Amino acid sequence: MARELLEGNVAFAEAAVRAGCEAYFGYPITPQTEALEHMSKRMPELGRVFLQAESEVAAINMVYGAACAGVRVMSSSSSPGISLMMEGLSYIAGSEVPVVLVDIMRGGPGLGNIAPSQGDYNQMVKGGGHGDYRPIVLAPATVQELIDLTVEAFDIAEKYRYLVVVLADGSLGQIMEPAELPPMRATRRPEERPSWSLTGANRRGPNIITSIYIDPVEEEKFNRKLMAKYAEIEANEVRWREQYTEDAEIVIVAFGTAGRVALSSIKAAREEGIRVGLFRPVSLYPYPFDRLRQMATQVKSMLVVEMNGGQMLYDVKLAVEGRVPVSFYGRMGGVVPLPDEILDEIRKLHHSLRVGG
Amino acid sequence: MATTGQVESLIYSRPESLTPTGTHYCPGCTHGIAHRLIAEVIDELGLREETIGVAPVGCAVFAYNYFNMDFAEAAHGRAPAMATGLKRVSPNKIVFTYQGDGDLASIGAGEILHVAGRGENITVFFINNAIYGMTGGQMAPTTLPGQHTTSTPLGRDVEVHGFPMRMCEILSQLDGSAFVVRRSLHDVANIRKAKKAIRQAIEAQRQGLGFTMVELLSSCPTNWGMTAEAALHWIEEHMIPMYPLGDYKIHPALVTAKD
Repeated sequence: MARELLEGNVAFAEAAVRAGCEAYFGYPITPQTEALEHMSKRMPELGRVFLQAESEVAAINMVYGAACAGVRVMSSSSSPGISLMMEGLSYIAGSEVPVVLVDIMRGGPGLGNIAPSQGDYNQMVKGGGHGDYRPIVLAPATVQELIDLTVEAFDIAEKYRYLVVVLADGSLGQIMEPAELPPMRATRRPEERPSWSLTGANRRGPNIITSIYIDPVEEEKFNRKLMAKYAEIEANEVRWREQYTEDAEIVIVAFGTAGRVALSSIKAAREEGIRVGLFRPVSLYPYPFDRLRQMATQVKSMLVVEMNGGQMLYDVKLAVEGRVPVSFYGRMGGVVPLPDEILDEIRKLHHSLRVGG
Repeated sequence: MATTGQVESLIYSRPESLTPTGTHYCPGCTHGIAHRLIAEVIDELGLREETIGVAPVGCAVFAYNYFNMDFAEAAHGRAPAMATGLKRVSPNKIVFTYQGDGDLASIGAGEILHVAGRGENITVFFINNAIYGMTGGQMAPTTLPGQHTTSTPLGRDVEVHGFPMRMCEILSQLDGSAFVVRRSLHDVANIRKAKKAIRQAIEAQRQGLGFTMVELLSSCPTNWGMTAEAALHWIEEHMIPMYPLGDYKIHPALVTAKD
């Protein structure tokens, strides 16, 4: 496959098609609507299912139904739409069906705006809906990563029979950059649907998919089963990227677009002789706590950069456990930080280390 | 023991589409009748292995324990959306939802309206008993004016709580509806008519004619505070005048087939 100039929203939609996605249900919302539009054209021409739902509430419940039938299914939306899906996401987690969801985040709270934001970190990474669940959350920083993680999301969702969220922001959804799409995979044939799925009780007992356990003891037993699944996920699915960290005194911790902008600042700071590196979590759940904790023994200071008021910040502090000072720089409301702003923060930290040390 | 030469013939038994399980429904409740009618029709059409049901939130939340077929349990009111997802990726299966009045006409009003508007090829069994059963007898959108419930202790005042919603009348207006009828479970003659309608609805789904719904006026003796028998009379005397029985939408293809 050749590299081509691709818009983020179209790229992840086409990546899903090539990963064997058999059904897409969604509702238009800026800044991810190009994904829905791409699916409206591509899915029918491949004989697959596209349906524009009457709301995000309906869309996620259509996804839930199709997932129960054992097909690869997804939706995509942006922050206010994702808020509406929270009920469905809790049911999906509580029913253990594989689902992929892409959240192209925008400014909030409320109607907010349509500019890039990372304000959904808490809502997505910590669960959002009711009950003890948290989706697997993958955070790309480039269109290529958005493609690769979307494809991977389908495999991970099926591996754990679980919900996988690709968490990106409006700038990544709207940006155009060179990237390579994967080859087309075949979709699953109807007779290959998983043994647990609802295909009609033909030559077997009925399959039942539910999230209700009326007896608290049974409900707790189910919760323990989920906990065991989370432990497995935490053991196998932690992902992160590091750049310039080998000799770093200062480490910037940032995910997605914030990490990408921070990298420019780090390169500029390096030219000034400041030893600063980037730690970019790619899986936000499971979070790379161990590596970050280890890093806290090697560096003198950490700076968390986010496009929100400081949400991932608490996970960094939890990882570091006070071993090094953790400072924060955030822009909110759809404002993307400029490399110079982050560079200034790096210089300030560098200066305080010199003065203090 | 000498044989008499007479062959025993079984004339009544549990349909294969029902599990041999006692239900949790209250004595005198008509859910059991509705379950049985649906199961008998699915058996008679030989569709048990091809059918997927979607249970609601409400008294029928455990319907999948009683129906002997593949089943999903939806969030409150979302069964039509879930059924849409199931049907779109399994167009050759029979997909039905089983919903109460709170589930369908209140919290799920958006989902039922659009599933009908799209002409989704599913069947909805709508149990209208004019009250919330599972939560203990609160007002439903279908509660009658003046009717006492635990959330309308002085009776439903339409100036405060608005008017009952007639779902067959609303949904039959949509072009996607193929078969929308209201029946009652208050006596034997009406139960037989209800069964026929259930069969017609599933046959219409098989033919891919569009959205199909059978509304079944049902009793809730426990929350109405009546004996089982008084509750059946209450359906006839109070519910039917508000919710007239009849055929609200019959697809032309079905009319032709009947003629």
